[in-house]
Amino acid sequence: MAAKSNPDSSASAATSATRIAVIDVWKSFADKAVLHGVSIDVTAGESLVIVGGSGAGKSVLLKHLIGLIQPDRGHIVVDGEDLARAGHSEALAIRRKFGMSFQEGALFDSMNVFENIAFPLRRHTRLPEDGIAARVRQCLDLVHLKDVENKATSELSGGMRRRVGFARAIALEPEILLFDEPNTGLDPVTSAVIDRVILEMKESLPVTMVTITHDMKSAFRIADRIAMLRDGRIIAVGDPVAFRATPDPYVQNFLAGEPHEEES
Amino acid sequence: MNATAARGAGHGQLEWLGAHSVHLLEEIGRFFYILHYTLYWSVRRPFNPGEWMRQMVRVGVDSLPVVGLTAMFTGMVMALQTYRGFERFHAESFVASVVSLSLTRELAPVLAALMIAGRIGSSLAAELGTMRVTEQIDALYAMATEPIQYLIVPRVGATTLMLPPLVACAGGVGILGGYLVSVGLMGANPIVYWEKTFQFLDLNDVFSGLIKAAVFGLILSVTGCTKGFFTSGGAEGVGRATTAAVVMSSMVILLSDFFLTKILF
Repeated sequence: MAAKSNPDSSASAATSATRIAVIDVWKSFADKAVLHGVSIDVTAGESLVIVGGSGAGKSVLLKHLIGLIQPDRGHIVVDGEDLARAGHSEALAIRRKFGMSFQEGALFDSMNVFENIAFPLRRHTRLPEDGIAARVRQCLDLVHLKDVENKATSELSGGMRRRVGFARAIALEPEILLFDEPNTGLDPVTSAVIDRVILEMKESLPVTMVTITHDMKSAFRIADRIAMLRDGRIIAVGDPVAFRATPDPYVQNFLAGEPHEEES
Repeated sequence: MNATAARGAGHGQLEWLGAHSVHLLEEIGRFFYILHYTLYWSVRRPFNPGEWMRQMVRVGVDSLPVVGLTAMFTGMVMALQTYRGFERFHAESFVASVVSLSLTRELAPVLAALMIAGRIGSSLAAELGTMRVTEQIDALYAMATEPIQYLIVPRVGATTLMLPPLVACAGGVGILGGYLVSVGLMGANPIVYWEKTFQFLDLNDVFSGLIKAAVFGLILSVTGCTKGFFTSGGAEGVGRATTAAVVMSSMVILLSDFFLTKILF
C-alpha cells in the first residue's frame, strides 16, 4: 500500500542506507486484525514519524520493530538481518542497537532515577561506578534534567518521567531510537519541551529515530518523513511538505483535526 | 421448534466445554512455558546473586513469623484433638507420635506452602502483573535483558530453595506446640512425650516432607510468576491475576500433594 502510494519509499528498500525494512507485516490479536500488510523502510539518520488515530495499530507496529511482538506474516529486517530468523545471541545484538522510550516512561518503580538510567549500563558494560555516574549525568544533561538522580520515580511529573525514559533509552548510545507517543497526556508547553529534547538528541547523537504519535504539531516539528497509518495500513508517506499536500481526504481531515465523514 | 431449541442448547454446552478446555490448555501451556524458560535461563549468564539474596530474604526470613505461627497453632490443635480422642481408648502416649508424624509428613509442608502461596504467590503475580501493564517488562526486553532471566529465575529459585528450611522450622515449631499443650495443659509426662515424638519418626519422613516442600515452592512461584507475566487489562487484570495465582497454586498444591504422597511413600 505504502509502496504504491509512494514509489520513493520502495526504491529506498534496495539501498544500503535502509536500517529497518518492514516488509508486508500482518498481525491480528484473537479475532481482531491490527496490521494489514504494512511495508515501510527507515533510512539511516532520518527521523520517521508514524501518525494515525487511536487503534490504528501504531504501537503494535512500533513494538514489531524491536521484536516485542512477532508478525503473523511478513518480515522485519534490521541492518539486513531478519528478526524472526535471528538466533538468540543475534537477536540480543540487534536489540542492543535500539533504545526505546515508552508511553508512560515504563521506569522501574523499584529503583530511583539514577538506578533506572544506570540499569542498562550495569547490565551491558563493565564501566566502573564513577564511569556509570558520569554517563548517567551526561544522559540527564541531554534531556535537561538536574538534581533528580535520587528521586523515586513516583515523585516525577509526566514530562519528567518521559525525559528520564529518554535518558535511559540513550544510556547505551543506541543507533536507533524508538519513541512511543512521547507527547501523549502532556500540556502543550511540556509537549514542546519534549519535542525540543528529541530534536536536540537527533542533532547531537548519530541516531535513526522512529516516533509514533497522534499529535500532528509534534510530528511536523520532529519529522524528516511522516507516514500515516489507518486501520493497519499505511495510506500516505512523505516528507512534511509532501505529506501536507497529500490529496487523501482522510489525511487532510486528520491534519485539520476534523472527523472523517465515514466515522462521523 | 423444540428440536431446534434443544440442538441450540446442546451447541451452547459444547461451546462452553470447548472454550473451557481451550482455556485450561492455555493455562497449562503457559505454566510449562515459564517453567521451561526458567530452567533454561537459570544456568546461563549473567547470574544475579544480589537479587537471589533479596528474594530469599523476602520468601524465607520475612515469612518465618506467619509460617511459625501457623505451625505452632496447628501442632497445638493437633495435640488437643488427638489427646481427647486417644484418651477414650487409653492411647494418650501415642499423641506425640501422631503429632510429629503428621506434621513432618503432611501438615507442615502443605500448610506452609498454602501460607506462602497466599503471601508470596500473590505478591509475585501482583508485582510482575503491574510491571507488565506499565510496560516495565517490555522495557527490560528492549534493553536486551531477558525478563524471565532477570525477574522470574531469582524469584522461582529463591522460593524453591527457601521452602524446605521454612517447612523444617514449621515442623519443629509445630512439634513444640504439641508438646506445650500435651505437657502443659493435659499433664502428659514430658520425658515419655519426647521419646514418643521421635520413636516412630524416620529420616525418610523428614526428607519426604522437605522434597514436597521444594516441589510446592516451585509450583507456587511458577504459578504466581506465570499469572503475573501474562497479565493483561490494566489494574483490573492485575487484581484478577493475583486472585487466580493464589487459587490456582493452592489447588495445584493440594492436588500434587496426593500424587507426591503416593510416589514418596
